[in-house]
Amino acid sequence: MDSKTIYALSTVAGKSGVAIIRISGSKAFSVFEKMTDIPVDILQSRKMYYTKIFNPVSRETLDNCLVVGFKSPNSFTGEDTVEINCHGSKAVIKSILEALSEITDFRMAEAGEFSRRSFYNGKMDLTEADGLADLIDAETALQQKIALQQMGGTLFNLYAKWREDLLNILSYVEAYIDFPDEDIPQNIVFKLQNSVFKLSSAIKSHIKDNSLDEKMRNGFKVVISGPTNAGKSSLINALAKRNVAIVSDIAGTTRDAIECYIDIKGYPVIFSDTAGLRDAKDEIEKIGIEIAKQKIAGADFNIFMFDPQTDSPDIFSESIKESDNNCLLVANKCDKLSEEQKRKYKKEGITLISAKNNIGLQNLTDTIAEFLSNRYDVNKAHLITRHRYKECLTDCIRNLDNFNLQKNIELAAEDIRLACRAIGKITGQVEVSEILDKIFGNFCIGK
Amino acid sequence: MIQDKDIYDVIVVGGGHAGCEACAAAARTGAKTLLVTHKISTIGEMSCNPAIGGLGKGHLVREIDALDGLMARVIDKAGIQFRMLNLSKGPAVRGPRAQADRTLYKMYMSEELKNTKNLEIKEASVEGLIVKNHTVCGVVLSDGKTIQSNAVVLTTGTFLNGIMFTGHQTSIGGRVGDVSCVGITPFLKDLGLNLGRLKTGTPARLNGDSINWNILDRQSGDINPKAFSFLTEKITNRQIDCGITNTNEKTHKIIRDNFSKCALFSGLITGVGPRYCPSIEDKLVRFADRTSHQIFLEPEGYETNVVYPNGISTSLPADIQDEFIHTMKGLENVEILRYAYAIEYDYVNPQELNHCLGVKKAQGLYLAGQINGTTGYEEAGAQGLVAGVNAALFALKTGKEFYIDRSQGYIGVMIDDLITKGVDEPYRMFTSRSEYRLVLRADNADARLTDLGYEIGCVSDERYSVFKQKMSKIQEYNTYCSSKIVSYPEIENAGISVKHTGKKTLKDLMSYPDVSRETINRLDEKSKNVDEVTFEQVEIEAKYSGYLKREYEDIAVFKRDENLKIREDIDYSKIGGLSTEMVQRFTKVKPKTIGEASRIIGVTPAAVTAILGHLKK
Repeated sequence: MDSKTIYALSTVAGKSGVAIIRISGSKAFSVFEKMTDIPVDILQSRKMYYTKIFNPVSRETLDNCLVVGFKSPNSFTGEDTVEINCHGSKAVIKSILEALSEITDFRMAEAGEFSRRSFYNGKMDLTEADGLADLIDAETALQQKIALQQMGGTLFNLYAKWREDLLNILSYVEAYIDFPDEDIPQNIVFKLQNSVFKLSSAIKSHIKDNSLDEKMRNGFKVVISGPTNAGKSSLINALAKRNVAIVSDIAGTTRDAIECYIDIKGYPVIFSDTAGLRDAKDEIEKIGIEIAKQKIAGADFNIFMFDPQTDSPDIFSESIKESDNNCLLVANKCDKLSEEQKRKYKKEGITLISAKNNIGLQNLTDTIAEFLSNRYDVNKAHLITRHRYKECLTDCIRNLDNFNLQKNIELAAEDIRLACRAIGKITGQVEVSEILDKIFGNFCIGK
Repeated sequence: MIQDKDIYDVIVVGGGHAGCEACAAAARTGAKTLLVTHKISTIGEMSCNPAIGGLGKGHLVREIDALDGLMARVIDKAGIQFRMLNLSKGPAVRGPRAQADRTLYKMYMSEELKNTKNLEIKEASVEGLIVKNHTVCGVVLSDGKTIQSNAVVLTTGTFLNGIMFTGHQTSIGGRVGDVSCVGITPFLKDLGLNLGRLKTGTPARLNGDSINWNILDRQSGDINPKAFSFLTEKITNRQIDCGITNTNEKTHKIIRDNFSKCALFSGLITGVGPRYCPSIEDKLVRFADRTSHQIFLEPEGYETNVVYPNGISTSLPADIQDEFIHTMKGLENVEILRYAYAIEYDYVNPQELNHCLGVKKAQGLYLAGQINGTTGYEEAGAQGLVAGVNAALFALKTGKEFYIDRSQGYIGVMIDDLITKGVDEPYRMFTSRSEYRLVLRADNADARLTDLGYEIGCVSDERYSVFKQKMSKIQEYNTYCSSKIVSYPEIENAGISVKHTGKKTLKDLMSYPDVSRETINRLDEKSKNVDEVTFEQVEIEAKYSGYLKREYEDIAVFKRDENLKIREDIDYSKIGGLSTEMVQRFTKVKPKTIGEASRIIGVTPAAVTAILGHLKK
């Protein structure tokens, strides 16, 4: 823990309409100046303001929020504290957290850090502190589980490997410092510069092309396709509860893929309504079908919808393959089916809805949310973990970029130590004994 | 039992490097102190290599000096080759090292002890402790006599159940020519202490007159030798060279062919030896692809022909030593005066100790040096000083403790490592062990520690006034440099190219890597008259400024946790939210502060937070 201003999401995301982001520390109030419209000269403590929230660098508007400031010592932590009440969408929360990370001397709070600060400032009494341990334990366990499982062993292993590389580099530098009479090859010392540069580049591109981050920003793509007049546009309308597509009974009304952005349980989802899949003679419609096929392949999830009165689910056998099984078969207009037919479809794993009569839509969105959460775990801890990872990696890069061997070697070593410590925050502690183990493994140490 | 009529405040057992510092420190702190050593003639003996200092180790010696200890002053008088290691690197990682004239070192050390007030020396073997109600209140000598005291410091080195090995030959003893001490271990076990075995070794000694020096490379000392002690004005001793030779493939073949004959591989020695001072056979196993290892030939003094070959410690039998030593360049006809041997001895798991080096399970008992699992004279001396001061503070019932933390000195790093992590091989100091390496430098040991020592009473008025003068000079010059603005034409005239942003002070200019003292002198008249030490301190602060700022911030965080004291009677099993494992870990180490608790291996942040709640009851 240091004297920096810390921030974190204080509410559970996705379960409520409103999320609270808490900022605590000596510079917390700079949020008003850097990210809101509120004139600083009229600002009052403990008064709630309605304002737009901006990214402090790009000035892009992120959300309309209620913001309140608590002057030290009258706050939970005892420090200057600001609370942003924003919309509970994950995309909004993420964009605000990212915006906060742009402010100098701000960093993401560690697990339980608000409470710890509160304790240090004498704001928390004993009974509260007792419960705290369980809370933090739970949080840490969850984060660890996610790091290992959801992020995939791949990502964790990647970070562990980078740290290992850094330890190797550090062991050379440290050996050169601590065992000056040993003949540690000079050329190796100069190879280090190259290794550091490579590592820094690798981490930079890793941060840049993180597709999940992008999906969280731009939305997950769900494509609805099926024969003409299956009711695809009606479904989108029902989901969005507003007219985004022209709906008519004439087959082939929808020629372009039409998109609508919907928040399902905190996941930003873009539904695409595609042209009906049939052998169209109309040239314009042919183009529409081509677009539809591309969309199916590029979707994160597909809904294959049909009207059970005119079509059978077998028509999708090829499309299911194209979608790599990331799909759901949906029978629309289920209100017109007999109970026996309904049972039969359900048995085949087909979801029954009626877009027009608003039947089964909750079930449908739940299924989509479940699929997304299984595939892309983006719950609160994950979001925080990911954000924290990025912060640690950025810190790591900053230190690696400072490294060069023209400066005094103990300062170069310090750069690597700090870089190593930054990744160590993700994977575990930097232990001096680890460095020494490496030194003794690689060099012969005498005098 | 016959009782000596005198009662002492502190008894120090052992006259090695830990014992010397311990008894002198206890006496300086005002305790009536008795040093008991089995042989007065071996006080301050350099049992292994005849050198003091090195990287990390040099830092420790400077810290001992900052606390008015003896080691630095003695080596300044007894040194025969002074070298500042890492001179080409930055100040934080430079380490003073000096080879000693072994005889002079012993002589000056004895002299220091004789001139120490409150200190008596007695020649006798200690074979037991007087323990009453888990309080140690004296020692039992081999003749059955007892001597009473309020506190005892044990600095028994390699003597506790020491066994020496030369090949398959074993002999009981603490050092060649000295008997081992078998009586104390049972007392330590009775106190419930956890003991183990460690090993170390020392190479053969050669007759310098039979070395062909003419064909060997030489290593010389520094032209301007730097003293260890902040009080020594100038090193006046004549400097001598040492020789450099190498092992070769022939040497290695002989050693490899005889692996089965060395005590280490035949299983006779079970104790773990240090990796950084490995025996030659260890090196051959670990670095199998190397065909040569460097060996330094270090004369042991002005008057003696004994040469210490640094790098060929071994436990091979004498005839094999004979054979392989003669394969090396310059040693073809060398006469071996004494064969190498390995030694295995008892040590106490240092997790049994607190930050004051007091045994947690007994009152009035302090341990220092190799008995705590360390290796090296400097590590031993530094612990001796801390143990001696604390034994005195306890014996005099001051209610105070002397505690150096990780942000204050390498001594603090070492003791904290020992007591929180324990050891699995002999512990040696390295600069890489310190997380605040840029702040903890050999050059500013006094600035870090002398105030602390003066406050506790182990630093003399004389040293303190010299120290104060030095500090005020540095502060004055630092203030001057931070406020003295230099104009851009002046800067460019001095040959420095800078961006024209804001006003530049003299100290700003000092922070540039390529701006030297000469450049500053050209720019500023007043700086010409500033002495070297003062200039250096201000310059280092400037050159390290950005990094130092970050380390000071880290230290502030560290200090906050370090200032949160945990009550001694805390019952971890009654703290909500602590797992059984955490309760066991805390109960074993009994951390004194939140900071210490957080450094115990395997402890989670959540567990530490849980303890936080129990501090302010």
